[in-house]
Amino acid sequence: MSLVKVYVTYKESILDPQGEAIKKAIHGMGHTSINDVRMGKYFELNVDNNISDIDSEINLICDSLLANPNMETYRYEILEDAE
Amino acid sequence: MKFAVIVFPGSNCDKDLYFAVKDSIHAEVEMIDYRETSLDGFDAVLIPGGFSYGDYLRSGAIAAHAPIIKTIKKMAILGKPILGICNGFQILTEIGLLPGALMRNRQNKFICETVDLRVENSQTIFTSEYDYDEIINIPVAHGEGNYYCDIATLKQINDNNQIVFRYASDINGSVDNIAGIINKEGNVLGMMPHPERALEEIIGSDDGLKMFQSILKSHMNRVNL
Repeated sequence: MSLVKVYVTYKESILDPQGEAIKKAIHGMGHTSINDVRMGKYFELNVDNNISDIDSEINLICDSLLANPNMETYRYEILEDAE
Repeated sequence: MKFAVIVFPGSNCDKDLYFAVKDSIHAEVEMIDYRETSLDGFDAVLIPGGFSYGDYLRSGAIAAHAPIIKTIKKMAILGKPILGICNGFQILTEIGLLPGALMRNRQNKFICETVDLRVENSQTIFTSEYDYDEIINIPVAHGEGNYYCDIATLKQINDNNQIVFRYASDINGSVDNIAGIINKEGNVLGMMPHPERALEEIIGSDDGLKMFQSILKSHMNRVNL
């Protein structure tokens, strides 16, 4: 079994109102050296080892469901033989 | 003319749309479950507002993979009128029938109020009963209605006259104040405001009526050709 970790984030050009609100809260806590906060999404996918082309399958899932290519971008890492 | 109102888990404007069709234009209408795969016999598809799948992942993202969607795409190719309101608009962008995406409102707040819209294109099957540049009063109720598309797409939809409604003032950060757009072919319309909630003056506005009348009239004109 492999573990695929997928990170989805807004493209840089996209305004992230939630990240802005979180940043304000962080500043309110006194951590004024935090300049910017971007919020994203994280997914863990457990994948069978018998999958033939894991990259194309993961890319397809990300492009058609996990991320919206209009406004988001994603990256992933594969940890082989994760149990 | 027969309308289908698609019901997803979490839709909450489905009944409003059902009665909008039944009581305002007295056409046939049926509620269709998202697990169905046939829309045989239907002339138009209405995708209601609400929070399909609790807005999990992104608004409309999970509904975009429901069984009925393939059939809706086929209806779109056949040129049948498809109207998505609010969450329906979000679903139409997620399935690629309309360009762009709906993001969280810039002010990070849910907006629930009646706003002024400007009719930017009155030559569509959905808006033929309106006047060009007419200001209409329609309720909005959304947290993620901030329309976004890239500059190339914006130019394209402007050039093709695909922007059908604009907010009279900036309410949520939408690019170019866009409130509703139509596809290039002119049969798929998505909009964040709720015309189905503006059908009787006694509850504030009946400016939504003309939309349903437009759809019916355009259909009758096609049938009688």
